[in-house]
Amino acid sequence: MERGTFKVKSGLAEMLKGGVIMDVTNAEQARIAEEAGAVAVMALERVPADIRAAGGVARMADPQKIKEIQAAVSIPVMAKVRIGHFVEAQILEALGVDYIDESEVLTPADPWHHIDKWRFRVPFVCGCRDLGEAARRLAEGAAMLRTKGEAGTGNVIEAVRHMRLINKQVREAQHMPEEELVEYAKELGAPLAVLQAIVEAGRLPVVNFAAGGIATPADAAMMMQLGADGVFVGSGIFKSSDPERRARAIVQAVTYYSDPQKLAEISAGLGEPMKGIAIEEIPQEQLLQTR
Amino acid sequence: MKVGVLALQGDFREHLRAVERLGAQGVEVRRPEDLKDVERLIIPGGESTAISLLLRESGLDRELRRLGRAGLPIFGTCAGLILLARELVTGRDGVEPLGLIDIAVRRNAYGRQIDSFEEDLEIAGLGALRAVFIRAPKIERLGPNVQALAYHDGVPVLAREGNILVSSFHPELTGNLSLHRYFLSLGAEREVR
Repeated sequence: MERGTFKVKSGLAEMLKGGVIMDVTNAEQARIAEEAGAVAVMALERVPADIRAAGGVARMADPQKIKEIQAAVSIPVMAKVRIGHFVEAQILEALGVDYIDESEVLTPADPWHHIDKWRFRVPFVCGCRDLGEAARRLAEGAAMLRTKGEAGTGNVIEAVRHMRLINKQVREAQHMPEEELVEYAKELGAPLAVLQAIVEAGRLPVVNFAAGGIATPADAAMMMQLGADGVFVGSGIFKSSDPERRARAIVQAVTYYSDPQKLAEISAGLGEPMKGIAIEEIPQEQLLQTR
Repeated sequence: MKVGVLALQGDFREHLRAVERLGAQGVEVRRPEDLKDVERLIIPGGESTAISLLLRESGLDRELRRLGRAGLPIFGTCAGLILLARELVTGRDGVEPLGLIDIAVRRNAYGRQIDSFEEDLEIAGLGALRAVFIRAPKIERLGPNVQALAYHDGVPVLAREGNILVSSFHPELTGNLSLHRYFLSLGAEREVR
């Protein structure tokens, strides 16, 4: 019996496809997410919009809170660790968390390195903005990816930017002769072996969700049409005026993403979405995606 | 042969790829009308709570119950097994099973993700198969007319009752087509709808 193999780690992400993973900060929100049809919940201390507003150092959630959320739902429970904070990851593994998000939404803990994810039995999901970042995270053992977007903004433009860029770079790499691929790997900062594997498969070798700024059913459906395998919704649900209805609507939009008629029905009468932020209004040093 | 794959959520593309590699035509099923002329149906792995909710909201639950009772061959893997079961021993958890195979099932019975595993199984009549178990459900009771086709640690993990086939593991993740081939051969003697 083999546990923690890459097949088993990436396999759970395969099961989440076509689904919505929702940020929750307590057991009550986790139950709302599960009842709305979330495929997993992300347990954290504050949603990204509140982290952005609060400033200071954002860390892994209190284990007590994670346990309460685990007890409240039967779907997978994910939780975030700071980039490079392998001890927070050890703690989450000990708690039996189903997936760890090594996330730029929290304050980075290591100025140089991400976590060596091969050393863990629990799988990791990591954010990426381009193919180079995606390839580096894969080399470190990530079993699932998500485009970063710009978390806590309710503004989908960065999620679109990252998804489109990765798609474009995969296409470009596929049409290159080997000698150009070596140079391209250097340019992207991508390990060549990972890049070659991506070219061979014609796609990223693991499931890739969209994240960071998705606030409406239309946002979610757009990311699906752009090729996302599913979506993460952070602040978009519990910062809206009617979280239950919005959560259900986004779940439906990810299933019926290519049916405009259905999307029109789903999108009607959901109340106020979260108030968004224009990316240009965010001071450069407060952008989360560059971490 | 037209094979429907329930595409509300989960790894439906892996099942579509498997049936297409066997020469069948795969069809994504999201609404009752997508079931037209479908001769086999697969319910994929995924989250049973989410799929169950979407089945009810789309009206596909009634349609699948009707077709399953009328003899349409249906294969459920992992979440699909949960959804086809008669009884859930862990309580409903928001999952309303279709009740098409007489088994009792416990969700997430093998533990959390860190307990997920893969192992070679011996399958009656089909030989060895690599099986991937992910937060897998456990069959805790088999009805008198249900036949177990494979075991892991003495627990049935592949079972069949007439036109309904279920596995607690994921044959669609391995590239081995023998179980899909076996499923497509089921009920060939009988006219559906």
